[in-house]
Amino acid sequence: MIEPTVYELSSPGRHGPLLPALDVPAAPLPDAAFLRPADALPLPELSELDVVRHFVRLSQKNMSIDTTFYPLGSCTMKYNPKVNEKAASLPGFTNLHPLQDAEMTQGSMQLLFELQVYLAEISGFAATTLQPAAGAHGELTGVLMMRKYHLDRGDAKRVKILVPDSAHGTNPATTSMAGLQVVELPSDARGNVDLEALKANLDDTVAGLMLTNPNTLGLFEEHVLEVTRLVHEAGGLVYGDGANLNAIIGVAKPGQLGIDVMHFNLHKTFSTPHGGGGPGAGPVAVVEKLAPFLPGPLVAVEQVDGETHIHSDDYDHDEHEGYRLVWYTPSKSIGRVRSYWGSFGVLLRAYTYIRMHGPEGLRRIAENAVLNANYLKARLLAEGSYPVAYADRTCMHEFVAQGILEGAPGVHTMDIAKRLMDYNFHPPTVYFPLIVKEALMIEPTETESKDTLDAFADALIQIAQEAREQPELLKDAPHTAPMKRLDEVRAARELILCRC
Amino acid sequence: MPFIANTDADQAAMLAAVGVERIEDLFHDVPEAYRFPELNLPEALSELEVLRELASLANENEKLDELTSFLGAGAYRHFIPSVVDFLSGRSEFYTAYTPYQPEVSQGTLQAVFEYQSMIAALTGMDASNASHYDGATATAEAVIMALNTVKGKRHRVILSPTLHPQYREVVRTYAQGMGLEIVGDGGLGQETGPSKGLGQETGPSNLDGNDFHALLELCDAKTACVVVQNPDFLGTIHSPQEMQALADGVHAHGALLAVAVDPISLGLFTPPGHCGADIVMGEGQSLGIPLNFGGPYLGFFTMREKDVRKSAGRIAGETVDLDGRTGYVLTLSTREQHIKRSRATSNICSNQALMALRAAIYLATMGKQGLRSVAEQCYHKAQYAATKIGMLPGYEIVNRGPFFKEFVVRCPLPVADVKAHLLLEWGIIPGYDLTQDYPELGQCLLVCVTEMNTAEEIDALAEALAEAAELAVDAEAFVLEMELR
Repeated sequence: MIEPTVYELSSPGRHGPLLPALDVPAAPLPDAAFLRPADALPLPELSELDVVRHFVRLSQKNMSIDTTFYPLGSCTMKYNPKVNEKAASLPGFTNLHPLQDAEMTQGSMQLLFELQVYLAEISGFAATTLQPAAGAHGELTGVLMMRKYHLDRGDAKRVKILVPDSAHGTNPATTSMAGLQVVELPSDARGNVDLEALKANLDDTVAGLMLTNPNTLGLFEEHVLEVTRLVHEAGGLVYGDGANLNAIIGVAKPGQLGIDVMHFNLHKTFSTPHGGGGPGAGPVAVVEKLAPFLPGPLVAVEQVDGETHIHSDDYDHDEHEGYRLVWYTPSKSIGRVRSYWGSFGVLLRAYTYIRMHGPEGLRRIAENAVLNANYLKARLLAEGSYPVAYADRTCMHEFVAQGILEGAPGVHTMDIAKRLMDYNFHPPTVYFPLIVKEALMIEPTETESKDTLDAFADALIQIAQEAREQPELLKDAPHTAPMKRLDEVRAARELILCRC
Repeated sequence: MPFIANTDADQAAMLAAVGVERIEDLFHDVPEAYRFPELNLPEALSELEVLRELASLANENEKLDELTSFLGAGAYRHFIPSVVDFLSGRSEFYTAYTPYQPEVSQGTLQAVFEYQSMIAALTGMDASNASHYDGATATAEAVIMALNTVKGKRHRVILSPTLHPQYREVVRTYAQGMGLEIVGDGGLGQETGPSKGLGQETGPSNLDGNDFHALLELCDAKTACVVVQNPDFLGTIHSPQEMQALADGVHAHGALLAVAVDPISLGLFTPPGHCGADIVMGEGQSLGIPLNFGGPYLGFFTMREKDVRKSAGRIAGETVDLDGRTGYVLTLSTREQHIKRSRATSNICSNQALMALRAAIYLATMGKQGLRSVAEQCYHKAQYAATKIGMLPGYEIVNRGPFFKEFVVRCPLPVADVKAHLLLEWGIIPGYDLTQDYPELGQCLLVCVTEMNTAEEIDALAEALAEAAELAVDAEAFVLEMELR
């Protein structure tokens, strides 16, 4: 069923809820030249029920975590607890203006302060900014801090950032945005950063390395201590891409492994909803020497003695005497990276999630995420249809299978992905990382049950058989989704970006 | 543990399938000395306990529904129809991710396409992207797009001093590695004369010394773009003629004009897209998104068709499926980081899709009539408030031209004192204190009035301001008397 657009549903004269009658005298309008004629406001006209049916019907055309298994690699599509939504809708939080005086917003500021502290503790860092609105935004924040750190030491020649070839595209894109140059590092035969290539590229022009650990192959960097030591010895800093923190939360603290600055994806590891593509949140934590460069303002504790702390150990959650929370901008800050304080509504969901887990619970997340991935991988390997990249290594939260099936030469990863839809599964991430041919990057997350993993493995195995026996079933897939395959080439060539 | 389905029996079966004895064995690649560190965090809470704790934190805030607020400055309290929460709360929307697989993501994709359509219609532009993080980052992306779009290497960026101060700060943060020269927003220049009556002015409408002529004078062959805001940060709305003249002047130098705009104002006023703007962007929070202490918000971003391929961020486009049925996909992805890597137009990946959905539902619900009436009520109520305040002894309305829903009030006493008195005695937040951002204005308050403010509230504001001024006079007299004695 094709759902008409809001413009196609529009009917002149229809309207939604009305405002109360104007309760002040109407003022003269400015000169007519300022005004938009009423008929020149091309918005649709719908009744409230029209709007409700339209968007409910649209929602039914989505796969989502709440309807289906969604093993999108590197995206950590875990269950989004409903308690987060309930907490985020408390009027004391939603109905607060960001520019109200700090005296009026102490409750929300306390939440932010504690989240700064929790994230620093979880990752082994000294201080955290909550401002960045997404992972890529956090990367930009972190790389700008690295840049400024070197400049502040009077070292202007460090203009290169080393980026492994398995990295997300955001890493090199961020480096360019920060005005620095990307040097790509190859991976070695075990999926690690190639140490020889690293050494060959380390000199006094290197500002740092961006390291995703575990990387996008789902592998923990076997030489992480050596990698970070080498970069530090060369005077560089190590950026940690925290996209895959779900694998090691409670298992390792990146700050203890030699990472200097790292972003978190709260919409991945900390269960805040992905929202169909956002909002996320990308807080950034840093070691002590980078703390002066954090974007401001942060929340700090001001003690009665007038001292200000951004990471206060003697601060008592339940005891409010003797301090107040204030906004604080570090001395060498790179500046603000967005308006106001951060995506508070997202931050508070992550706070709720951390509070519900405690130290033990956080470790169980990583353990079960890694167990689920290894189990799914083991099931596929046991059956044998799908090659798995670096199959001999223990994977972390995800692994990369390949849509290269013996006896089905014409079938590609895309066909397998589309056929999975007919089995009512959202496909994994496809064709990424770029260094694995026909990649199917599978991340089950800890919230899925063994039953779901078995059903998914069964479907993949069944599809491999179909590929050999009835490849057209895959080539023409999906058959049961709301649409057949869509023509992406046409979309890019004959651009239609809006219609009203 | 909450939210984990595996039972002990499941775990045992899975470990056996994997071929290890204990879960800990899966982490042998993590250096042993750093494996399983202690986490100094509070112990886990149950759902009941965590909700109790959060309710108590929420109660420590003084939320706006217990106060009367005239605070705006880029984040606004507007009516949000009930359907917005209900529909955007459909978990098929909020628990999906970026629609990489269009066949099973048509809900999100069509909603984004409709959002793009309505935002482009509202701004009078050719095309909209799927969203940026907020108004400030959308402005920074506008500057970057301009740098990539203009002919030749250009490094000068001109920012209006009446562009939101935080947007200007974010542009500087983003640009710090780009070798740019950012000028134009050093200050407002001379102080203004008294108000010349409300709503009738059509001449140069900005505060003196920082009208568009001053910005144009800075514009040269090295300039990539000029960024202004309309209605500007101080509430003044600039005429279409003035905007068009600015656009013509900027284009004569081969530069682009980017305009930040309050989308609600476009229900009543001529959009920048009809006056020569090349990029129109801004904060979309007004469109059905709660204040939420500053986020998540919505950066909207619109452009001319010719520049679309230079733009940043996701864009949905219409196409057909194999059966020829109309459907939607993410398009022009060759601009983006996952394809172009270091040569991408931006590093943006996740955006604010759910907030764009809220805006789409809001615009569809309010519709043509509804948005106009919201804009009209904001306008009339703001004029009513300014007229009342302008008549109070000691107070002065600083805006010289028409304004939309915000205006600047010069106060006879320090703004901090006004705010303190009104909050304590009246439960009123009278507005935003401008003395930090615009010290050259003196003791000025930015007052915001929307359809949410009743006549009664506005009358109370005027009464409270009058009282604050009287008290200040009394206090001065008292101090003087004490000194004389």
